[in-house]
Amino acid sequence: MSDLTPFEREKIRSILKREPTETELGIFTVMWSEHCSYKSSRLHLKKLPTRGPRVLVGPGENAGIIDIGDGYAIAFKIESHNHPSFIEPFQGAATGVGGILRDIFTMGARPIAVMDALRFGPLEDPGNARILEGVVSGIAHYGNCFGVPTVGGECVFEACYNGNPLVNVFALGVFRHDEIFYGRASGVGNPVIYVGAKTGRDGIHGASMASAAFTAESKQKRPNVQVGDPFLEKLLLEACLEAMKTGAIVGIQDMGAAGLTCSTCEMGSRAGTGVEIELALVPQRETGMTPYEIMLSESQERMLIVAEKGREEEVFRVFRKWGLDAVAIGRVTGDGMLRVKNHGVVEAEIPNRELADQAPVYDRPHDVPPYRPAGMDAPQFSSPDLTADLLKLLGSGDICSKQWIWRQYDYMVRTNTIAGPGADAAVVRIKETGSSVAMSLDGNARYCALSPREGTKLIVAECCRNVSTAGATPVAATNNLNFGNPERPEIMAQLVESIEGLAEACEFFETPITGGNVSLYNETLGESIWPTPVVGIVGLMRTAAPVTIPFKEEGRTVMLLGGLGSCDEIRFGGTQYAKAVLEKLWGLPPALDLDYEKRVQAAIREIVNGGLAESAHDIGDGGLAVALAECSMEGIGAAVEVASGLRPELLLFHEGPSRVILSTAVPAEVERIARAHGVEALRAGVTMKGILRIGNDSMTLVDCPVQQLRQVWEKALENQLAARV
Amino acid sequence: MRFGVVVFPGSNCDHDAWYAITHNLGQQAEMIWHDSPSLGGVDAVILPGGFAYGDYLRCGAIAKFSPVMTAVRRFAGQGGLVLGICNGFQILVESGLLPGALLRNRDLKFVCREVPVRVETVNTPFTSAARPAQTLRLPVAHGEGCYFADEDTLDRLEREDRVVLRYLDNPNGSLRDIAGICNERRNVMGLMPHPERAADALLGSTDGRVILESMVHSLVAQ
Repeated sequence: MSDLTPFEREKIRSILKREPTETELGIFTVMWSEHCSYKSSRLHLKKLPTRGPRVLVGPGENAGIIDIGDGYAIAFKIESHNHPSFIEPFQGAATGVGGILRDIFTMGARPIAVMDALRFGPLEDPGNARILEGVVSGIAHYGNCFGVPTVGGECVFEACYNGNPLVNVFALGVFRHDEIFYGRASGVGNPVIYVGAKTGRDGIHGASMASAAFTAESKQKRPNVQVGDPFLEKLLLEACLEAMKTGAIVGIQDMGAAGLTCSTCEMGSRAGTGVEIELALVPQRETGMTPYEIMLSESQERMLIVAEKGREEEVFRVFRKWGLDAVAIGRVTGDGMLRVKNHGVVEAEIPNRELADQAPVYDRPHDVPPYRPAGMDAPQFSSPDLTADLLKLLGSGDICSKQWIWRQYDYMVRTNTIAGPGADAAVVRIKETGSSVAMSLDGNARYCALSPREGTKLIVAECCRNVSTAGATPVAATNNLNFGNPERPEIMAQLVESIEGLAEACEFFETPITGGNVSLYNETLGESIWPTPVVGIVGLMRTAAPVTIPFKEEGRTVMLLGGLGSCDEIRFGGTQYAKAVLEKLWGLPPALDLDYEKRVQAAIREIVNGGLAESAHDIGDGGLAVALAECSMEGIGAAVEVASGLRPELLLFHEGPSRVILSTAVPAEVERIARAHGVEALRAGVTMKGILRIGNDSMTLVDCPVQQLRQVWEKALENQLAARV
Repeated sequence: MRFGVVVFPGSNCDHDAWYAITHNLGQQAEMIWHDSPSLGGVDAVILPGGFAYGDYLRCGAIAKFSPVMTAVRRFAGQGGLVLGICNGFQILVESGLLPGALLRNRDLKFVCREVPVRVETVNTPFTSAARPAQTLRLPVAHGEGCYFADEDTLDRLEREDRVVLRYLDNPNGSLRDIAGICNERRNVMGLMPHPERAADALLGSTDGRVILESMVHSLVAQ
């Protein structure tokens, strides 16, 4: 039953100075699993920048916290629920949302936004379509009932996610500085209180399952997937926040992966204390559960609280009001041990610190080039019809409207959503302060497959550009590293390069990483997924009406901030054009000039915040032509005429970064700001009703009614799902 | 004017309604806990959106038994203004304060988007400030919002001018495009769209204000 290596078993014997009991072995197995201990990645995660003037709490707690001024702070983090979502898409995704929400409110913050990054295999396979539908309805089920808006995200289809979909959920909450709570079991003699749902047999060994590759038998692990109850979570949220106000709570932590085991030993370890619990007191929903099962259960919607001795009743009263179980199951001790008793008999006795923080750390071999699924040379290609190519891109899975997905999410509840799904960045206002938080979630496995380092830097740049296009200043980051099997050096090399790229870019954009998640062993039948780091960037701005993507008025100047960009054929191989039109992958990701990128971002912030842009949209997947089409979807298109030496396919569809399209009535003022920042601002054309026309040196490349662009783009996903029998 | 916003354990639009009343309309509002047997002398009651008791059974099916609903029934019987939004509409229907039922959306999916609705009557305290046939852009966000009633009931609602709002782009399959109705006495209204989400220009639409402002005007006139 144990996934521990002989070396790890030996280490356990030396810690305990005896043979472990079965319960102890189970406890070590989950705590030292990849999922809980980060044993393969920890060494490299240390390279990430984690400090900054706004960082109040960095990695290591349940979520990172940054200062947003006016005495307020935000807590945010991203987590994966990849493995459970493959085995049982609906519950896997639902409990993914539930888990990250608890990470936020266990710190005292009220969740105000969720976003998700999803990856599936191509929808031609009905199995993948079923997973997509299950995941989306699971996220909707949990988030909508809980009452947190799902304000954005992304969804990408790639064959490497066949049998290994990715579900990464980001959540963000807000609170005052004096409302922050930590997961610490301080104060010897204080009671340890269990609150929330009763413990059942669901999810046992979920953390270890998430740390293993998939085999043909994996679907039999369905009982390892937890079952979510969003209503109970909503009660738990309200009860926890209310109980925190009593002043009787010393420390609090949610029971997520590895359940009672993880919460007890981590709280003890952080406080340098011991924790003693009696399992007979744990509320149970099944009979005959063994200590092993109770300690390893991953039943959802549970929290562990350490309260001030003598003030238990104040906590109990709040939980009674919300109709929840709250039971003292143990106490904080001074001996540093996790002591688990069952009806008075000691079942486990392990030093907290060794268990929680001294899992083995592996320097896995990575002295080979990262695995590349593609060659370097560009194939021959020449397009007979560029308008047809544009339509094909607009109807492709990665670029088409994701309306079918996000209309199932309540993205407006709490009446803070200023910019929701479909925008470059989601923007949520903080009612209490007059400021708003902009956030963007992005990943690009094609870029990272070609170069994990360059790809990851491009992702950070894109996120920061999205946030800047909304007018916000990027201030912090979180990340979810989804990779294959780290025991293979060419995969480990991908992970190391990606982390180093992430570190460099986050350092450069002054967005420290305040927390995140690593999901390894994303491998099915020996086939690893492409490296898929997902980055979430959070930015701050004064609350204001949003500048949105669509062109608003006819006759306005269309400008390309950052210019036309540059690209050669090698750097064209990771684009959506290469994927959707040429069905190939080659070469390298687009070239990124970090310094120029930063100046473009500063310029667009100043333009947007100065009220000079009527619309603004970052150029990303699909390049210039796709971005112009996206700006045209509300009916006002544009006639754009440029002069470029690039061949037409590259000019229209290359994905060189550091570019934003905007429409304005005051182009000279935009130019003045661009000049001041040392970036190009090209007058590329003029908005006009109903038509998108793009020409180069008076040769027409694209000419299409906006109505046709919209038809293809808006319904593509829905049609693809409906076409399935 | 003093509004009471009922809070069931699973209400999640309670704060939004409170905020719209207090900050966007500048009126007073207070929360009323679900086990409260009285409404504490408020001038009007809002049953907000959410998932009252989880709604795993049928939306509003358990809420109708809560102590506060006894007080709401009494209040409505005395002519007090009661507005049920989304889950609040479902609870009013389950409680028998309004006729019909709200079924799962026709396509079986939760739907969140802005929809245009037409004001079908201004002869209610909830629409008195609107223009006849005025089109309002209001958000919907629900999984069970398909209004259903038998033909006789539907005919009667129309005959008695009790269909208050109709969808111009039906998002859920509601019969005869019904988005909101009132009771015979016209002091209880239920609607699936969320007027409280359309009360702040920053969020896109302020069309919901006309419903909340109508309530204020009606209370002042009393």
